[in-house]
Amino acid sequence: MCLGIPGRIVAISDPDAMLAVVDVSGVRRTVDVVCVAQESAPLEELIGVWVLVHVGFAMSRIDEEEAAATLKVLAEIGEMDGEMEALRTGSLDLLPQAN
Amino acid sequence: MRFVDEFRDPALATALIREIGVLSARLERGRANPIAVMEVCGGHTHAIFRYGLEGLLPDLIEFVHGPGCPVCVLPMGRVDDCVAIAERPEVIFATFGDAMRVPGSRKSLLQAKAEGADVRMVYSPLDALELARRNPGREVVFFGLGFETTMPSTALTVLRAAREGIANFSVFCNHITIIPTLRALLEQPDFGIDGFIGPGHVSMVIGTAPYRFIAQEFGRPLVVAGFEPIDLLQSLLMILRQMAAGEARIENQYARVVPEQGNPAALKAVAQVYEPRPTFEWRGLGSIAGSGVRLTEPYAAFDAERRFAVPDIKVADPAACRCGEVLTGAVKPWACPVFGTGCTPEMPLGALMVSSEGACAAYYQYGGVRGAAA
Repeated sequence: MCLGIPGRIVAISDPDAMLAVVDVSGVRRTVDVVCVAQESAPLEELIGVWVLVHVGFAMSRIDEEEAAATLKVLAEIGEMDGEMEALRTGSLDLLPQAN
Repeated sequence: MRFVDEFRDPALATALIREIGVLSARLERGRANPIAVMEVCGGHTHAIFRYGLEGLLPDLIEFVHGPGCPVCVLPMGRVDDCVAIAERPEVIFATFGDAMRVPGSRKSLLQAKAEGADVRMVYSPLDALELARRNPGREVVFFGLGFETTMPSTALTVLRAAREGIANFSVFCNHITIIPTLRALLEQPDFGIDGFIGPGHVSMVIGTAPYRFIAQEFGRPLVVAGFEPIDLLQSLLMILRQMAAGEARIENQYARVVPEQGNPAALKAVAQVYEPRPTFEWRGLGSIAGSGVRLTEPYAAFDAERRFAVPDIKVADPAACRCGEVLTGAVKPWACPVFGTGCTPEMPLGALMVSSEGACAAYYQYGGVRGAAA
């Protein structure tokens, strides 16, 4: 019940009722967009935006920059991997201590 | 799938697991117990089991499965109330699928349906509202269930019904809030949790500020996490790093979906439509002050409790079940005498075995019953 699924808004179906069509992996469904609309902008601004869809409501815009930033941090961990492996072949005592 | 596949990269998972291994080995020194991390949300419990994360992590990391499965914490008496409403001849009772098989003291909603009650499974509260539009001669009651994640969708549906003047729609409101519940857990005298993996989609609504007391008053780190394996592993590493540095902070690993301030439109709808109940009864946890909500006076016309005489049935859980102790992390599902025998996903006794987000269902589906003898 509490899992959401990423989808992309492809059309505004009823601007007065704040309803839009979202495409989730090829499946289309009408969703409520009250939670992702901006008061200052026309609803058309939402077309092409990735959102997290949850029980028929677009609940959050997926921030592509934040997704990229998270992946970048993770990629750095991947790069550190070789170094970590080298350390691990020695004793754990060689690692810096927290305290 | 976009924003999903990237967070399932096996090479990244391997790198993260190595770092977690190194750091936890360092943290283990001087500790008598494993490092206990509670994932609050049932969606996280499910993901941990689905991806077999526990088996990939060092033994000294223990996931404790928190109370964040709305179906699992629903007392049996509330299911009886649902059945009582659903059995009224004028009623179409609309519910999320998760709630269909939760046992009541007499029957589940699924059994009530088999016996002739008009129970419909819906994907969205908007679908329940559509049922009301299409059946003007019937009373459509939506079973409002869930934490802050689903609270806005029910609230926005009530606002929509009010705007359109749909008089034959109401909500049986059993929404619950996570913050009073976390406080109640933390105030338990021997609560041995070192840190929290925070619920991703609750936080998408409420933001990260409401968790601050966990770090400030109780000295525990909390990291709001996404639902993919990389999200969970990275969040665990963030918790361990805080512990290693002797810190307790609220961090947000799931920033691609969770804004720090939450969702203002959702919070506005929630504030309009709901008010806290003085107290609310949870399965296994007892009554927790301020943890449940009901509809506010302006939306009283949409409140099923005021529209129908809801019996408000109180029933004790089956004596053999240890749901409460599993919910608080005191015991593993395997410790329950009926786990996998008297209580299975096909014939559940306790609600933790019903929902795929329940700890017992996850242990049963992915861990089998092998631990039962342990």
